[in-house]
Amino acid sequence: MPTEDRRETGSTGPDPVGAGGGAERAGRSRRSMARAVPVAVGLAAAAAGLGKRYLDARARRTEVEPAAPPTPAVGSTSPGPRAAPMTAPAPVAVPAPESAAATAPAPAAAAPRRSEDPVVAAELDRRRRIGPEIHDAAPTGDIRTLWDDHLLNLRLVNPANRRRFKVIVVGTGLAGAGAAATLSELGYQVEAFTLHDAPRRAHSVAAQGGINAAKGYKADGDSIDRLFRDTVKGGDFRAREADVHRLSEMSVRVIDHMTALGVPFAREYGGQIATRSFGGVQVSRTFYARGQTGQQLQIAGAQQLLKEVGAGRLKLHTRQEMLDLIVADGRAVGIVTRDMVTGDIVPHTAHAVVLATGGYGNVYFKSTLAKSSNVTATWRAHKRGALFANPCMIQFHPTSLPLTSEWQSKLTLMSESLRNDGRVWVPKEPGDDRAPEDIPEEDRDYYLERMYPSFGNLAPRDISSRAAKIQLDAGKGVGPLRNGVYLDFRDAIARLGRRTMEERYGNLLELYTDATGEDPYTSPMRIAPGPHFAMGGLWTDYNQMSNVPGLFVGGEASFNYHGANRLGANSLLSASVDGWFVLPWTVADYLAPLLGQEPVPHDHPAVIEAVAEASGRVDHLLGIGGTTGPDVYHKELGQLLTDHVGVERHAEGLAKGADAIRELKDDFWSNVRVVGHGQQLNQELERAGRLADYLELAELMALDALDRDESAGAHFRSEHQTEDGEALRDDDNWTSTSAWEAAPPDGVPIRRSEPLTFEAVPLATRSYK
Amino acid sequence: MRLILEVWRQADAASPGRFERYEVDGVTDEVSMLELLDMLNAQLVAEGREPVAFDHDCREGICGTCGLMVNGRPHGPEDFTPACLQRVRTFSDGDVVTLEPWRAGAFPVVRDLVVDRSALDRIIASGGYISTATNAAPEALTMPVNKHQAEAAMDHAACIGCGACVAACPNGAAQLFTGAKVAHLAELPQGQVERYERVRSMVATMESEFGSCTNYAECVPACPAAIGLDVIAHLNRDFRTAVVVQRRGEVPERTDVPWLARLRGGPWWQSDPDDAGDGTTR
Ligand SMILES: Cc1cc2nc3c(=O)[nH]c(=O)nc-3n(C[C@H](O)[C@H](O)[C@H](O)COP(=O)(O)OP(=O)(O)OC[C@H]3O[C@@H](n4cnc5c(N)ncnc54)[C@H](O)[C@@H]3O)c2cc1C
Ligand code: SF4
Ligand code: FES
Repeated sequence: MPTEDRRETGSTGPDPVGAGGGAERAGRSRRSMARAVPVAVGLAAAAAGLGKRYLDARARRTEVEPAAPPTPAVGSTSPGPRAAPMTAPAPVAVPAPESAAATAPAPAAAAPRRSEDPVVAAELDRRRRIGPEIHDAAPTGDIRTLWDDHLLNLRLVNPANRRRFKVIVVGTGLAGAGAAATLSELGYQVEAFTLHDAPRRAHSVAAQGGINAAKGYKADGDSIDRLFRDTVKGGDFRAREADVHRLSEMSVRVIDHMTALGVPFAREYGGQIATRSFGGVQVSRTFYARGQTGQQLQIAGAQQLLKEVGAGRLKLHTRQEMLDLIVADGRAVGIVTRDMVTGDIVPHTAHAVVLATGGYGNVYFKSTLAKSSNVTATWRAHKRGALFANPCMIQFHPTSLPLTSEWQSKLTLMSESLRNDGRVWVPKEPGDDRAPEDIPEEDRDYYLERMYPSFGNLAPRDISSRAAKIQLDAGKGVGPLRNGVYLDFRDAIARLGRRTMEERYGNLLELYTDATGEDPYTSPMRIAPGPHFAMGGLWTDYNQMSNVPGLFVGGEASFNYHGANRLGANSLLSASVDGWFVLPWTVADYLAPLLGQEPVPHDHPAVIEAVAEASGRVDHLLGIGGTTGPDVYHKELGQLLTDHVGVERHAEGLAKGADAIRELKDDFWSNVRVVGHGQQLNQELERAGRLADYLELAELMALDALDRDESAGAHFRSEHQTEDGEALRDDDNWTSTSAWEAAPPDGVPIRRSEPLTFEAVPLATRSYK
Repeated sequence: MRLILEVWRQADAASPGRFERYEVDGVTDEVSMLELLDMLNAQLVAEGREPVAFDHDCREGICGTCGLMVNGRPHGPEDFTPACLQRVRTFSDGDVVTLEPWRAGAFPVVRDLVVDRSALDRIIASGGYISTATNAAPEALTMPVNKHQAEAAMDHAACIGCGACVAACPNGAAQLFTGAKVAHLAELPQGQVERYERVRSMVATMESEFGSCTNYAECVPACPAAIGLDVIAHLNRDFRTAVVVQRRGEVPERTDVPWLARLRGGPWWQSDPDDAGDGTTR
């Protein structure tokens, strides 16, 4: 159950919020507050009834056999770009995104998963092709010892030889900083890149709730296997078992390591590390540092990175944006970056490239993510041949602040803990304009309490988000832009007194007042679902290596742990595990056989071509000379996605959305205006470049959502729901990951599937009843 | 309301800058200091003029990227609040609002309101960490930490690295920032091993790049993380101890770390042949 939380300082710190009153306290509480956001969850549930016909046909599943037997294979695999053994360069043409398709045509008999609806099926056939299945090259065997067994089989690099290898790490978030610092400590030549002015600023810094680890410090029955099971189930059975088990195992080491690095985890009076439970989970396994867990982990990681910089072992490049991946002879051999201050576009080559560039939730324009979050790095890699997995899987957080003004720049999260005492409601009549205080009890609809009597206002994230959307679509949204629902403390204040509320939520409510000018003690707060986390990302194998040899991916940029829905506090964990405890081992395995080879020289044709292409794009953007700034387009894109690829989707809307996105993209390329020039710090140019990639990603998100003809976790297709409105998976056809190949010129994207098997945690229905 | 903005415009580090005057209409109370700039920029872009460059990212007070002087005050009129969380509420229709980049010798202007704060990272790179190799950590519970100490460490660790303390300081000193890191790590048992080498080295870098603290305490209200002056006392105390400890030869000088060369001569970044030599790590 998704339960990450942003809690107020008071619930975890030594002093009750509001006490103290000193200037320091005021500042401190302000900082650790939650913040919110909005999202006009758009329209149209034209589809409300559209797929009901499926309902009768499909019984609600409880236990289902996996669809296809796994095709386990270590090292070499089924047809596909990874088929080449790692010791020899894959004989694939240079930067050919379409190469995989070319070398491995879709086997007609592969029983492609297709929609049952002939109209939808035809629509899909027009928009995508189906490619051969892929397999993850994960070893098979006892899942409990899999990672250890695997480590034993990984190749090693002699310490004396490590200096002879160069590794590029893009991103200095939890995943990137961990990988870069560790590889550097081990003796490899590492170059780290970030678009920020300092490594500490990566968006990991904004996470508050905490990080999960199966330490079992409380005698409450937690264990590695339990975290594993919770994660597989929470992901609605769309993640890889082997990878998730490794995540659980390594969680233990992450806490040890972070503690040693000086992360001030909250402590008990006896000096032990404190844990808390996140709503819904019955064990207490979330480690936290006040309300700033992400900040503390991120700063610790950045410090380790700077330690290596100070020691002269690691070269850090700040304010450098990766614009492209360089692929030569089928391998990732470098990147092209733009110096954001001087505008210089230059190549960097190495033996391997690690991407840890975070999530793409900002494709919605307003999300809970930082403004600079982008998909450019991973999307460019995708265009160069890397498979993009499950792009439609996006988690919406139910308690962000709705937009109050046109100019509100993002959807800040408000702590989910507010739902402990607040009651969520909307007016019964659409368009009811009365002030909330004037709406009498009988005209209010406490819809969560009505729809989910047992969970009520504490219904899990995806369910709450969806329920809110239903109200908004029905025209019952509240606030000036009619894009929120009420979260009302009136009854709690009457019951507990204003003082108690101040103690519990003082700083959150103050932040809300600050943002909106409204007083939540006298009139209800407004909240709305906001795009929050990308479960999808670049496809990787068990080694966190993409299908392009030499291209490694970690953290939110990859896809493999969270399936269709991420559990709260699991994402700081996955980024940390990838960075500190997976990539350093697996990258070495890839490098070992390359001993003696030099990084590709800068006059290699692939390097020259990539640089020319990146510069060409920049020049093109600057030269369009249209009339509309990039932000205007981004805003429109956000609205299209929110309407058609949002909390709830349906076939018709997705097809429409995909078309509208394509039109918008065409319009962008003919009518965008990017002021300024390229040889300077040009933030308009940065925005335009990122948006250009978001426009392409958005279309693929719509296509993936259309293609995946089932509901799973955060991907809720209204055609596929149970009678009581729960997500209805189609395990027979969709127990798989969709991994997309970029469209060849004038072609359509190719969807490949990686079958998933669930042996340690048998398939079951996720239920909140 | 309508606001008149006097904004510092500067094409790049080498060019001279100047104030330019703009008007933004339709500003509502809940607009933040950065959203005010968004409004101005949308207007400029619509007119085909170059928008004002400014640093920002999380827009929720935690990343430390934002920072500008508003009417001469770091981040804006409110104490203990970063620019992204400050609202224009305190202004009235027709007010003139002056927006400038951080003013500090150690933070050269990059463009408009954007400055180069990499000097702060060089302080951290000089010792603001605990050296523990990955996979070498003992089980976390073997290191109990007193709850009050953990909370105090957290108070100090809360620094968001924005540089407002430096911008607020008449001396352009970075004592609050450096003190926060020194105090955070010295508060914890894990931080004891390198405690005195750390402070000597960090102070050496700090002194070489920033001004010196003379206890104006202007940094305190400017700090969004509410770091207190106590960290400066902590820094001074540890530094004095470190000097004594060093003289007694209780801590042998490390030879494996190039930055320690600074204690004897030139800074480590000048020893990097690939570097421009101007102190940037770019
Ligand atoms: C508001 C919020 C709260 C959250 N709370 C929690 C929580 O409580 N618990 C939890 O487990 N998870 C939480 N998450 C999720 C979690 O924070 C992220 O998934 C995780 O931190 C991602 O880490 P990362 O290392 O993959 O990427 P990031 O930390 O996002 O780092 C990305 C890095 O890549 C760099 N970069 C990106 N693009 C480029 C490019 N083109 N060129 C060069 N560099 C580039 C950036 O500069 C940055 O250094 C939260 C997320 C949000 C938005
Ligand atoms: S001490 Fe305060 S003002 Fe200085 S950098 Fe840290 S957070 Fe900013
Ligand atoms: S934008 Fe992140 S602190 Fe202000």
